[in-house]
Amino acid sequence: MKILSKEVLSDFQGVRVISMEIFAPKIALKAKPGQFIALMVNKDGERVPLTIVSTGNDSIRIIFQEAGFTTRLLGRLNLQDTLYAIVGPLGHATDIKRFGKVILVGGGVGIAEIYPVAKALKEAGNNVTGILGARTRDLLILENELREASSQLFVATDDGSYQRKGFVTDILKELLEKDKYDLVYSVGPIPMMKRVAQVTKGFKVKTIVSLNALMVDATGMCGCCRVTVSGQTKFSCIDGPEFEAQEIDWEELTQRNRVYQDKEKHICNLNKLF
Amino acid sequence: MPKPAVKTKEVPACERILGFSEVTCGYTQEEAILEASRCLQCKDPKCIPGCPVGINIKQFIKQVTQKDFAGAYYTIREKNNFPCICGRVCPAEYQCRKACVLTKKDSPFASADSINIHFIERFVGDFGMKNGLKVNIIPDEKISGHKVAVVGSGPAGLCCAGELARLGVKVTVFEALHKNGGVLRYGIPPFRMPRDILDFEINYLKSLGVEILPNFIVGKTNDLADLFKEGFSAVFLGLGAGVPSFLGIAGENLCNVYSANEFLTRVNLMSAYEFPKAHTPVNIGKHILVVGGGNTAMDAARCALRLQKMNNIEPDTTIVYRRTEVEMPARRLEIEHAKEEGVKFKMLVSPQEFKGDDSGFVKVLKSLECKLGQPDASGRRRPVAIEGSDFEIECDLAIIAIGLKANQVLTSVTPEIKTDKYSDVIVNPQTMETSMRGVFAGGDIVGGEGTVIEAMGMAKKAALAIKDYLYQLPIK
Repeated sequence: MKILSKEVLSDFQGVRVISMEIFAPKIALKAKPGQFIALMVNKDGERVPLTIVSTGNDSIRIIFQEAGFTTRLLGRLNLQDTLYAIVGPLGHATDIKRFGKVILVGGGVGIAEIYPVAKALKEAGNNVTGILGARTRDLLILENELREASSQLFVATDDGSYQRKGFVTDILKELLEKDKYDLVYSVGPIPMMKRVAQVTKGFKVKTIVSLNALMVDATGMCGCCRVTVSGQTKFSCIDGPEFEAQEIDWEELTQRNRVYQDKEKHICNLNKLF
Repeated sequence: MPKPAVKTKEVPACERILGFSEVTCGYTQEEAILEASRCLQCKDPKCIPGCPVGINIKQFIKQVTQKDFAGAYYTIREKNNFPCICGRVCPAEYQCRKACVLTKKDSPFASADSINIHFIERFVGDFGMKNGLKVNIIPDEKISGHKVAVVGSGPAGLCCAGELARLGVKVTVFEALHKNGGVLRYGIPPFRMPRDILDFEINYLKSLGVEILPNFIVGKTNDLADLFKEGFSAVFLGLGAGVPSFLGIAGENLCNVYSANEFLTRVNLMSAYEFPKAHTPVNIGKHILVVGGGNTAMDAARCALRLQKMNNIEPDTTIVYRRTEVEMPARRLEIEHAKEEGVKFKMLVSPQEFKGDDSGFVKVLKSLECKLGQPDASGRRRPVAIEGSDFEIECDLAIIAIGLKANQVLTSVTPEIKTDKYSDVIVNPQTMETSMRGVFAGGDIVGGEGTVIEAMGMAKKAALAIKDYLYQLPIK
C-alpha cells in the first residue's frame, strides 16, 4: 500500500492530474483491463473507487484528478507514504476480443481509463481509433501512450488550444458517418458519455461506457452505486462498472452523483483544500 | 408465583439519543444473582435446546447464584466464544427465553416473566473480560499442523475461527472491508454493540493465534483454488447476506433513498456521524422514513433519529411497516427502545412510489393502506393492500430495510459450489460442507437472513465437521 512513484501529469490553474504507482502485489497479479480498486487515504478516509490504469510486477498504477476532497488528500501523499486501505481488483473486466474496428473515446481523466482497454483491444487484433478530449492543452494526458495503443488518434480541446477545437463527440460523429465501426468504448465526465450515447444511437453501434458512480464498500453490500440500466436497477460495483451506454438513465446518474455536493464543498472549505 | 424479573438499567431516552453510546447498562453483580436465583433449575431444561449453540444455561445460571462467575464464564465459553456479543445482540425472546418454562404457552415470544438469560450471559461475559479470564488452547496434534482459511470476519467466520483455533489449528480470516467484524461492525450500531466490546472479543480471538487479513476479497483478490494452492487444507465460507433488497417501486433510486446497509455502513463503519472529522458523509432529513420491521429497520431508525438530534433537527423518524407490530420480526427490546427514543410507528402501509423534486431528491412516499389477511408461509398474517386507500407521507430521506440477498462475488467465480434459487450456498445440513470438497459454509450465505447466534450455530457445526475432515488428511 506504499506509494512507489508519483508524477504530476498535468497542472492547470491548480487542478492537477496525478499518476501514482502503489505497491499491491496481489491486486497486480489478478487485475484485468476495466477493473478498479477502492482505497482509503487514512483511517478517517472515504472509500473511493479508482480505475487500475496499468500493473507492474508488484504494483498498480492509478491516475486521478484532484477533483474532490479525497482525491486532493491523495494528491498530497508522497513517495513512501502508505495508504490506509486498498482492495481489489473490483468489478467485471472489459470484454476483450476481436471486434474489428473500435473507437475509444476518453475525456479528461477518463483518458487514463480508456488506456488499458485500448492497449488490450489492440493486442487482441482490433483496429483501434482513439479520440481524446480535454478542456485545454495543459490538461491533456497520456497522448503518447494512446498514440501507441491506437492506429489513429484524434484530439479535441474545448478551447482550441491544441489540435481540433470542439468536442470529442464532433469527431466521433464524423468518423461514424464516414465508416462502419463495431464498438465504441468511452470513459469521461457524465455529460460527455451521455452525448457519446446520443451520437452512436443513430449509427446502431454497440457502445460501452464505464461509470464513475459513488460507492462505499464497492463489493455489492450497500447499493450506493445503483444505476438504472434498461429499466432495471444495477449496482455499478458488482454488475459494472461497464454498461451499454444507450440503456443508462443518465439523468438519474447525474443527480445521484451530486447527492453530497454540499457536504463535499463544506469539507473542502474546512480543510482549505480549494 | 415467581418473583418479578430483574430489569436492567438503561440510559434515559432523552440522554442516549444525543450520541451513540450503549443504551443498556447491564446487570450489576447483585442484579445478576437476583435474576439467576429466579431460575427454577428445571430437571429437563427447555432453554438449552432453545439456544442455537446449546450453551448449558441451567449450569451457568446456577454458578451465578453461587457467585462462581468464573465457572459460569467457562461454562458459556465451552459452547460460545463470544458471550459479550451474544449477551447483547441475541434475540433471546425468540430462543432460550421463549423456550423457558416461565414463558406462557403459545406466546409468539418470551413472556416478561421468563428468565433474562441474555442479561445474565452478558454480565458473565463482561466479568470474564474485565478479569482477563482465558480459555486454554488444547492442541489436537493430529490436526494442529493444518491451516484453515475462513472467508468473512462476521459472526459465522469469527465463530468458526475461534472453534478451530482452540484445537491448535492455524486459522487465517480474510475480510473484504478494512475493518473486521462484518455485520457486527458495519450493521449493528455502537449503542447496541459498543466497539470496545467488539474489539475485545476479536482481539481475544487473535490471542488464540487467529490471523485476520483485511482488504482481501476471496473471489477477487484471489480465489479458492489459490487458497488450496497456498496450503490451506480446508475453507469455511461465512460470506453473509451481502446484497440489499429494494422494494422495486418507482422512484427508489431518487437521491436520499438509502438501503439500510448503505445508511448503517456510512454511520457505523465509516463514522459518518462524525463528519467532517470522518470524511464519509451521510445526509440527514427533516422527515425520515424507514421501511421495514426487522432489527435492521430499528437500528436504521434509531441511528437516523440520533443524527437528527445531533444536528439540531427536531427528530421526526417514522418506521412504516406493511403488517402490524405483533408481526414485526425485530427483537421486542429494540422496538421498545425505538419507541422510547421517539421513533414513530406507522403500521399497515404498503409503499407504492417515491416522488422527488426537480433535483432528484425524494419528497414524498405514495402508499396504500393495508389490512391483514390469511397467514402466509411464515405463519404471519399477510398484508393486503386496500384499493383506493391511497395516501402520501412526506419524506426527504428514506431508508429501505426489507432484507438482504446473497452476495455472489465468490460463488459466481466458483462453479464448483452449488447454490439454490436464492443464490444461497447449498450445504450438507449435517456437516455444512458445500459441493466443493474441503469447503464448508455457514451463516446467512447458507440460511438466508438469520441472527448472529444462528450464524454461530452453523459455524460451530461446520468447525466440528472441518475437524473431522482434517482428521482424514495426512498429519502435517
